[in-house]
Amino acid sequence: MLLIHCPYCNETLPELEYAYAGEAHIARPANPSEVSDEEWAEFLFMRSNVKGIHYERWRHLHGCGRFFNAVRDTVSDKFLTTYEAGAPRPDLDTLVNTPAEGGK
Amino acid sequence: MSQYRVSGKGRVDLSKKINFTFEGKSYTGGQGDTVASALLSHGVHLMGRSFKYHRPRGAVAAGSEEPNALIGTRRGPGRFEPNTRATVQDIYEGLQTNAQNKYPSLKFDVGAVNDAAYMLFSAGFYYKTFMWPRSFWDKVYEPFIRAAAGLGVSPTEEDPDHYASRNLHIDVLVVGAGPTGIAAAKAASAEGLSVVIVDENREIGGTLLSEPQAVIDGIPAWAWIEQELAALKAQGVKVMTRTTAIGYYNDNLVGLVQKLTDHLPSLPADTPRERMWRVRAGQVVLAQGALEKPLVFHGNDRPGVMLAGSAQTFLNRYGVLVGKRPVVLTAHDSAWYAAFDLADAGAKVQAIVDVRDGVSEALIAGARDRNIPVRLSYTATATKGRLRVKSLRVNRMQGGTVGAAEEISCDAVLMSGGWTPSLHLFSHTKGKLAWDDDRTTFLPEMTPEDCVIAGASRGLWGIEAALNDGAEKGRAVAAALGKAGNAVSYTVAEDRTGSGVSMKELPTDLSPGKAKAFVDYQNDVTAKDLRLAVREGMRSIEHVKRYTTNGMATDQGKMSNINGLNIASDALGRKQPQVGLTTFRPPYTPTSFGAFAGYHRGSHFEVTRKTQIDAWAEENGAVFEPVSQWRRAWYFPKGGESMDDAVRRECATTRKSLGIFDASTLGKIEVVGPDAVEFMNRMYTNPWTKLGVGKCRYGLLCGDDGFIRDDGVIGRLGQDKFHVTTTTGGAARVLNMMEDYLQTEWPDLNVWLTSTTEEWSTIALNGPNAAKLLQPFTDVTLTEENFPHMSCVECEVAGMPARLFRVSFTGEIGFEVNVPAPMGRQLWETLWEAGQQYGITAYGTETMHVLRAEKGYIIVGQDTDGTVTPYDAGMGWAVGKAKPDFVGKRGLARPDLVAEGRKQLVGLVTEDGSKLEEGAQIVFDASQPIPMKMVGHVTSSYDVGTTDQPIALALVEGGHSRMGETVFIPMPDRTISAKITGTIFVDPDNAKLKIPASAENKGVAA
Ligand SMILES: [Zn+2]
Repeated sequence: MLLIHCPYCNETLPELEYAYAGEAHIARPANPSEVSDEEWAEFLFMRSNVKGIHYERWRHLHGCGRFFNAVRDTVSDKFLTTYEAGAPRPDLDTLVNTPAEGGK
Repeated sequence: MSQYRVSGKGRVDLSKKINFTFEGKSYTGGQGDTVASALLSHGVHLMGRSFKYHRPRGAVAAGSEEPNALIGTRRGPGRFEPNTRATVQDIYEGLQTNAQNKYPSLKFDVGAVNDAAYMLFSAGFYYKTFMWPRSFWDKVYEPFIRAAAGLGVSPTEEDPDHYASRNLHIDVLVVGAGPTGIAAAKAASAEGLSVVIVDENREIGGTLLSEPQAVIDGIPAWAWIEQELAALKAQGVKVMTRTTAIGYYNDNLVGLVQKLTDHLPSLPADTPRERMWRVRAGQVVLAQGALEKPLVFHGNDRPGVMLAGSAQTFLNRYGVLVGKRPVVLTAHDSAWYAAFDLADAGAKVQAIVDVRDGVSEALIAGARDRNIPVRLSYTATATKGRLRVKSLRVNRMQGGTVGAAEEISCDAVLMSGGWTPSLHLFSHTKGKLAWDDDRTTFLPEMTPEDCVIAGASRGLWGIEAALNDGAEKGRAVAAALGKAGNAVSYTVAEDRTGSGVSMKELPTDLSPGKAKAFVDYQNDVTAKDLRLAVREGMRSIEHVKRYTTNGMATDQGKMSNINGLNIASDALGRKQPQVGLTTFRPPYTPTSFGAFAGYHRGSHFEVTRKTQIDAWAEENGAVFEPVSQWRRAWYFPKGGESMDDAVRRECATTRKSLGIFDASTLGKIEVVGPDAVEFMNRMYTNPWTKLGVGKCRYGLLCGDDGFIRDDGVIGRLGQDKFHVTTTTGGAARVLNMMEDYLQTEWPDLNVWLTSTTEEWSTIALNGPNAAKLLQPFTDVTLTEENFPHMSCVECEVAGMPARLFRVSFTGEIGFEVNVPAPMGRQLWETLWEAGQQYGITAYGTETMHVLRAEKGYIIVGQDTDGTVTPYDAGMGWAVGKAKPDFVGKRGLARPDLVAEGRKQLVGLVTEDGSKLEEGAQIVFDASQPIPMKMVGHVTSSYDVGTTDQPIALALVEGGHSRMGETVFIPMPDRTISAKITGTIFVDPDNAKLKIPASAENKGVAA
């Protein structure tokens, strides 16, 4: 069972408190009516299915209820970091070279 | 004393006799005996039949890695457990045990014809044998496979025991309490760190229990164990025996199963049988030692053939000689010491046969001193004996060729193929292994967890090396936790260090194609099977494993993995690391379902949610059904009514006069805030801006793919306050979806979402007399003018604060009264009393389903299945096309969603008046050849409502443009024809929804 750091509660807590919520940084187009069928299908269905460093979303379902983002290595199952929804992707080079703060 | 017990040896207390039975026969043993050691003390080796070939088998090991000696244990009603290893089950007074996989008896087994039909059962036999003909499947293959599959027999009664579950947070967990673990725990605990050490055995000591000759810092091994146990306890270390670390999970979570009662003659009250511990440790030390490998040769599974180290354990720990005339067959020095120990205890060792051409002078001298004949550079090619080994056939090896055979008469064969570090838990951590050519085994390298591995688990040999490595690793984990730790250095006398070689199957002069040289005893996999798998094209060890089932039994390849790998890599002509090792998976040893379930069984398996009115329903004879986690009243039978009769009566009474229904389980979400209406516009397909305060509307929720997710009536209680209802099962999902959009797509909206499902009791009143009943209890004037259909208001009902909705899920005049949850039953009883004058009926979910279907109201999840759009469901009217965006709008414009020929919701009426089955498939042409083209299915079907013929709803391709057409529903016995109709079967003009003007419904003065 993973230990996950909620960036809102600033606590590292068991996976049981959380719900996985799919890949991160997939923004719903601002004006869906203006995007093509292909672009809409891309948004709806296509996911990267990464082996390695993966940006993903979690919800602290049985805690503060907030959705947040995480960087996890899908091979080692280790979190590199977690960060608030809406924040930009963290820089990977910095992450890989500095151990995660509480995100393990 | 029993025949094979050695006086003065072992740790078993024989002062008090313990009686138990095996195969109906009584045996005796002492305190500290396992079933295996006690049976062996009586010379009983035959303990079971093998899984596939039903070959006679005995214990090959002395511990939890035992693959053969699986027994069923029984202690009174309900307490039967299959597949218990006889080598770990303690005996106690009255224990009943039986062998497995035998028919009709252990000594004579007809299933052993499988053994003769050996060729049929070789690798991949399931895949090959049961391919054809197709018609053989139902009558021949499947019954055969079912009868043959599975180890042991499942218990048939409910388990009367209970199982506990605990969490534990500690600094250091040490797995394994042999010399390595003891030294590690001692070093780590020096500075007040919380340390737990666990061992699956009944007592700590590990290999020291089998090697009493060792002297540690001047103290004999067994006295040293006592001393260290006391020291550990004094240092605050928690020592847990009979406790198996079954799995290593993410972030240093280790699962432990502690067995509490399986060894006790009488069961203490209120003690769980097993306790599952979820231990989260700062650091973990793995000190699980090493497991001995068998040698692979023809007949290496005959009862009496066992691991040399295990024979040594039976002697030194249990005081049992496994044979009086054993022969030792080995590739490793360790078996020589087993030979010496048995000889010193009075056995006449027939020979030490070593595959190597040279061993140390000390070993040769040891054999000479004891008059044990030695044969170096020999191979073993067969054993003889039916239910017990009688002789070992050995051949001299010369320059790579197998020489003439010679038979050595014996009553036991003690074999050693060397030792494999126990890497199971280390592998669970996704730890990396590195191949060690010298030791011909994998050794641990890197792990992503905060974990170290010590002693024999990392290939160190000998007690002194284990102790010093354990101490050093204990100090290291303490250091990792910021403490100094205290590693002492140990000196061991009479230590038995040594080395060996690792073999594939032993060379033979007999036909290798006919050899039954077992690699995996539990799954009956032979060396020949592995080579066959490679010949037939399996290249990856993972494929070889699945094709042959090598290492897939309950022992998870403890004894078979490296032998299997050596053989597969030889067959493939590639080095072992290029072939790779299969994955060890948890649990380390077979674990009871009870331990995993813990407290979650029976009514505690899942939460049962009950409404405030549930108790009334129970008192009034309701039959219940589960709806997601809720227990809901299904129908209320009166005086022996059948379900159909009850539902028919409930439906009729509600349509004619009045029905009352507990709708409290409906999901309720309060949407408030300045941007509430904008949020609702974006979430739901409907437009909300123009909905006045005090009005409600049926809302449809889609996903962004355009498919229906949920529905419910939504009331606007204020400019910025919506009372949203959802389906009973969808409440949590809808709230999660709303939160997702609100938090991550539209964080600019100022809206708050609150689940209020359990804050309200909701009572639905439906029927022509609903307004008449309710009017006296409220000052809201319940007329068509003042409070028309789809109105809502915050008011008082029967003196209780209420949210009153005028809505209908039946087509009748309907109200939903929400009052604070605890007041629900009081209101229900008030309305029930007052309703007697109208002949009120309480109705359950079944009547609700029938009445709504008669009006064509859908149930999301029954009439929709996640591929149905609002248009498919005939509810295009609920889509606010003028809105710039809402969840699902763009999805609804996808090419496939606007294509012709989509499945659409329609009504069906059968031509012969029969009731259709829900889920039945529909075809347009019943005369077409099979397989027919299916064009839809029946989603709802009822024949107990108020219509004069059965009705059904169905999804049918292009259904909306096929009104009046006939479709066919092929059933096993006949084909039913049905006509496509609209979905509304009752009161299509909604006349009954209106409160007649003549009725005098005036509000009582406030
Ligand atoms: Zn949180």
